[in-house]
This record gives sequence, structure tokens and C-alpha cells, in this order.
Amino acid sequence: MAHATPHSGTPAVALPVISAAELLPWAVFGGLLLVLMVYFVGAEQGATSLIQGRAVHEFVHDARHLLGFPCH
Amino acid sequence: MIGILLARGMLIGILAGFLAFGVATLIGEPPVERAIAFEAAQGASHAHDHHDQAAPSAPEGGGHDHHHHHADADDDGEVFSRDTQAGWGLLTGLLVYGAAVGGLFALTYAYAQGRMGALGPRDLAGVLALLGFLALVLVPGLKYPANPPAVGDPDTIQQRTALYFILLILSVAAMVGAMVTARRLTARWGAWNAALAGAALFLAVMVAAGVALPEVNEVPDAFPAQVLWRFRLASWGIHATLWAALGLGYGWLCQAAQSRDLQALRRGDRPALL
Repeated sequence: MAHATPHSGTPAVALPVISAAELLPWAVFGGLLLVLMVYFVGAEQGATSLIQGRAVHEFVHDARHLLGFPCH
Repeated sequence: MIGILLARGMLIGILAGFLAFGVATLIGEPPVERAIAFEAAQGASHAHDHHDQAAPSAPEGGGHDHHHHHADADDDGEVFSRDTQAGWGLLTGLLVYGAAVGGLFALTYAYAQGRMGALGPRDLAGVLALLGFLALVLVPGLKYPANPPAVGDPDTIQQRTALYFILLILSVAAMVGAMVTARRLTARWGAWNAALAGAALFLAVMVAAGVALPEVNEVPDAFPAQVLWRFRLASWGIHATLWAALGLGYGWLCQAAQSRDLQALRRGDRPALL
């Protein structure tokens, strides 16, 4: 596990700051896609439906319950 | 740089999803099975036990079959077997969720790095994962905890889903507000007191939200308390596993990358990133 990593808590160099402008496109497009993934696991074919039927709901049924999303 | 951070987060998220699947199989599925058995027994003893006292004898086709649709036999053929739901379905759900949460975690990390004092990669990832678990799982779960099958009236799914996501969004907003506040106060109050002020703000907002939002209690009277307790513990265990793996794994990867870059710098080579 602890190979070649410094043992003290503080590293020799500070982490670089990433500007908000640089991060924005990633946050918007990436964030949207990632939230959509959470939506499909957590809520699709429950209160709202983008896809007909309930195959998605039934397939991820156990994950949805165990992750704490309202399922049905 | 951001692309690498994001990919790293989604990768660790998928690994965390596998670990969460192990925990879910071990301690999550037994109470789910018992809850479904309870539901089946209830369904057998009376046609529907939820509150539509108006038309007890009306032979509605579509209205009520969703009450016990986990049983693989009852309709349409598009329904998956219990084995599939507890196996591939559960695994897929947890992996997709893990990858998504890992990615969102990475984007948060990318913004936070260098902005939260002199924290190194492992400290920063650990702190962020802990705060993420608090804001996304533990605190909202105190108000609207996870429910197994057979708990929850299908007729109120709209309201329950809306309330759940409102609380979740509020909780994230409160956490962001708390961290921004703490950061602003650090110069004047010092890190410790500023962090306390942030924590107090988060706590105040969430207590107010918890009091203001309506209570949801749709646990059937005869539902075994032990099953409910085990199920909710399992739900927290799964999330705790996921977030611990994410925070520790991500910090470890970032630390390793930083060390490689520093060694490259010392040798006079160009570092891969930084």
C-alpha cells in the first residue's frame, strides 16, 4: 500500500488551483450526464418516465431500494 | 487535467460499486427477500391493503398490480426474475451509481483542490468523501430513510419522490453554503472556528428543513421491525462502503500521481500533469 508516498500529512507542493472558467464546461456537460446516470438508477419509471414500460425500474429495483431512493 | 481527474473518479467509483455490491449481497439482500415475502403474504391475505376504501370490489386491472410486481410471475413478461434483480440488476445499478457519484466527486475535488487550505490529495479526498456522505446520505436519510419493498404506498410515489429530491438538493446546497462560509471566515477566525461556523450553518438549515418538510410514514402495521432496521442499516452500510472506497481510493490514486510528477520534476523530466 504505502509505497513511495510521503508519510507526513502535508505534501511538499500545494495542489494547483483549477480556475472556475476552465472547470465550467466539464461541470455543465459532465455534471449533466452524471446526474442523468443517477436519475436512471434512482428515479426513472418511478415518479417520472422517459422510457415506456418499466423494464429499467424492474432491472435496477434492488439497487434503487437499497440506495434509499423512493421506488414505488 | 480535469479530464484525467474525472476519469480517475469514475474508475474508482466503478470499483467502489463492486465493493458496494458485495456488501449489498451480504447484508442488503436478506432483508429485501424477507420484505418481499411479507409483501407476498399480505397480497395473498387481502387483495390490496392500501387506503382505497371507496371501491373494494372494483376489478381494476392496471391500477393495483404494481403493488406486488416484484414477484416474477404476475404480468407482462418484461418483468425480471428475482435472481436477475438481486444479481445483474443490482450490480448494474450500483456500478452506474458508483461511476456517476465518482465522477461528481471528482469534479468537486477538481474545484476544491488548492482552495481548501494546504490539504494534500489524500486529506482532501478523505474530507470531501466524508462531507459527501453526510450531505447526500446520512443527513437526508435521517428524515426520509431507505424503505424496503412492501413499505410505501404506490399512490404517493410522486410526492415521496419530490420530497426526497427536494431534501437532497437542499442538503447539497446547505453543504456548499457551509463550505463557502467556512472558507470566507478562515482568514478572520482561523480554520477551526470557521469550520465550526460552517458546520453550524449546515446543521441549522437541515434541522429547519427536517422540521418544515412533512413526515412520511407508510410502514404497514404488521411489517417486522427487525427487517426494517436491518434493511436501513444495510442501506447505510452500502453507502458507507461506496464513499469510503471513493475517498480513500481516489486520494491514494491522486497522491501516487503527484508523487510520480514530483519525482519527474526532480529528475528534470516533464511531469505528466500537475
